[in-house]
Amino acid sequence: MDKLPRWADVVLVPLICLIIAFAFCGILIAAIGQSPLQAIWIMIDGSFGSTNGLGYTLYYATNFIFTGLAVSIAFQASLFNIGGEGQATLGGLGVALSCLLIPWPHWSLALLGSLAAGAAFGAAWGLLPAWLQAKRGSHIVITTMMFNFIAYALMNYVLVNLLRPMGSMDPASARFDKAYNLPKLGDILGLVGIPFSSKNPANITFLIAIALAVGVWALLWHTRLGYALRAFGKQEKAALYAGIDPVKITIYALLLSGGISGLMAVNAVQGAAHRLVLNSVEGAGFIGIAVALMGRNHPFGIVLASILFGFLYEGGSQLAMGTTIPREVITVLQALVILFTGALPYMVQKPLEQLFAKRGGAK
Amino acid sequence: MDLASFLQILDSTIRLATPLLFACLAGLYSERAGVFDIGLEGKMLVAAFAAAAASYATGSVWVGVLAGIGASCLFAAIHGLASITFRGNQLISGVAVNFLASGLTVVLGASWFQLGGQTPALVDGMRFAEIVFPFAAAPSDTGDLGLIGGIYSHVLSGHSILVYVALACVPLTWWVLYRTRFGLRLRAVGENPAAVDTAGVSVTGLRYAAVGITGVLCGLAGAYMSMGLSAGFLREMTAGRGYIALAALIFAKWRPWYALIACLLFGLLDAIAIRFQNIDIGVLVIPVQFTQALPYILTVIILAGFVGKAIPPRAGGEAYVKER
Repeated sequence: MDKLPRWADVVLVPLICLIIAFAFCGILIAAIGQSPLQAIWIMIDGSFGSTNGLGYTLYYATNFIFTGLAVSIAFQASLFNIGGEGQATLGGLGVALSCLLIPWPHWSLALLGSLAAGAAFGAAWGLLPAWLQAKRGSHIVITTMMFNFIAYALMNYVLVNLLRPMGSMDPASARFDKAYNLPKLGDILGLVGIPFSSKNPANITFLIAIALAVGVWALLWHTRLGYALRAFGKQEKAALYAGIDPVKITIYALLLSGGISGLMAVNAVQGAAHRLVLNSVEGAGFIGIAVALMGRNHPFGIVLASILFGFLYEGGSQLAMGTTIPREVITVLQALVILFTGALPYMVQKPLEQLFAKRGGAK
Repeated sequence: MDLASFLQILDSTIRLATPLLFACLAGLYSERAGVFDIGLEGKMLVAAFAAAAASYATGSVWVGVLAGIGASCLFAAIHGLASITFRGNQLISGVAVNFLASGLTVVLGASWFQLGGQTPALVDGMRFAEIVFPFAAAPSDTGDLGLIGGIYSHVLSGHSILVYVALACVPLTWWVLYRTRFGLRLRAVGENPAAVDTAGVSVTGLRYAAVGITGVLCGLAGAYMSMGLSAGFLREMTAGRGYIALAALIFAKWRPWYALIACLLFGLLDAIAIRFQNIDIGVLVIPVQFTQALPYILTVIILAGFVGKAIPPRAGGEAYVKER
């Protein structure tokens, strides 16, 4: 059977999956007695109708770009890292420690410090599962999942017992110095004369995320390490013959993946919350899985998919505010996207392949 | 610690271990047949919701159980379809099932009951009654019964029927797996599906059967959560128990009797974490968060193979493709 043309694989398959997922959610919304068309209009208007809504969309998208890239870089090496949640949680700890303990003279230096600390803590949380997979054969999906829960317990301990300011009941750290607040996206766009609201949490980290996506693309397709990662992911035995060390590659892949997950905290913790709270990741680590699948494991696709999910996320909040539809309808949509793009690819891909084969035969 | 609180901890250990045990055995059937299932959590959650909703609507706990099993089996069927028929990625399918349950229960719950995703509190006939053994003191009786009498009256007696069903499932599972033809084939299909296929037995049929059993057992786990352990459904009420069950399964190295031990151990840890906050053992204080994380830490250690090696079924996670 002929393979799909490339454009069909990267555009048509995700699009069809998305349409099916939307259709299911439309039916669900209709089933609970609401209007699907009105719901989608509220979502679009809320997330793209104003620069403030767009700012929230881009803020969420920034989180998902990081976690999506993290999942995909491990996917490229055929490793399914579902520990993004835990790695980003630890990244948050790194960012918070950097902002709380080191007296930075300027926000730009604080940002560099946070980037380094977030990446280092996230990577460290990915190191042990990677080592266990490479050396002891422990299944990485299970170990990274366990590490998510361990991270949550650890964060709970650290916040309640160590970082919580005296007299506070909240399991959260003290607020960071106001001088470390990152420049808002609105302020940056204002410099070049584009009017954009600054009342939303979108900040400079969005630009860093975009730059990182380009960086990941360059790494994967234009460096020796990227080649080794992809070769290892495609055909482990062949990679072995080519002299690629499986232990090293597994560890590098998870260090990169964990580090990128950890960077998410720069956006969420330093950029938006300005303090470390218990659940700073809010499920973004898991959305990264949907984003990576939807974006067909390519950085460009991941940026687009992240903006889509940012829209869904912000749209979901708008729904919860404007209607009686709970925002969890977005969780259902996310589940369906994961199901159709990740777990049921043959359901969409096979009929398409047959369709294209038929058309090819007719010519 | 006095006898009464010791007995109380044992009592809640059994209660808390029950949903774990159901889910753990559920995972055992699926994974022994070569279908990885990280969607235990989602199936438990959707079952807990369906059970509580149906029980509230009809006033009958048994309709609730059936609804829970039905919902869980439906989700199991999605997983089966994705991982057996369409040969998709079983892990990703499990992740999807978990999210689907987490979103769907809140959306439907919020629109049906207008309580922000939870069901109204279940009363009397909508919940499981407690079974009191013959000669056992009533659960409210706090008189001194001695160690043996106390264990009989306050630990073994006084649970709902599902607790005893869960315990009975352990020897039953052992018998099915190791003493029946179905069990032999089930284990074979998880180790070497090609051999089963060559013998003329349907790999697909066996795997669907296993996934179906998983659905039923997860349904019971969920039903117990919302109608036995508590009185009604709360959003995200399974709170990671499906993952702990998965951890217990690995801890038990996919064997039924060890699954019982692992679930009781993790149930005990849960009971301790609920009862005591931080435990002072003289030299240092063990924070409650450590007790909560211990099941996961123990599982990682087991997985690492430092204390005996946990080897999953060989064909686990792979769809079977008939050779042509």
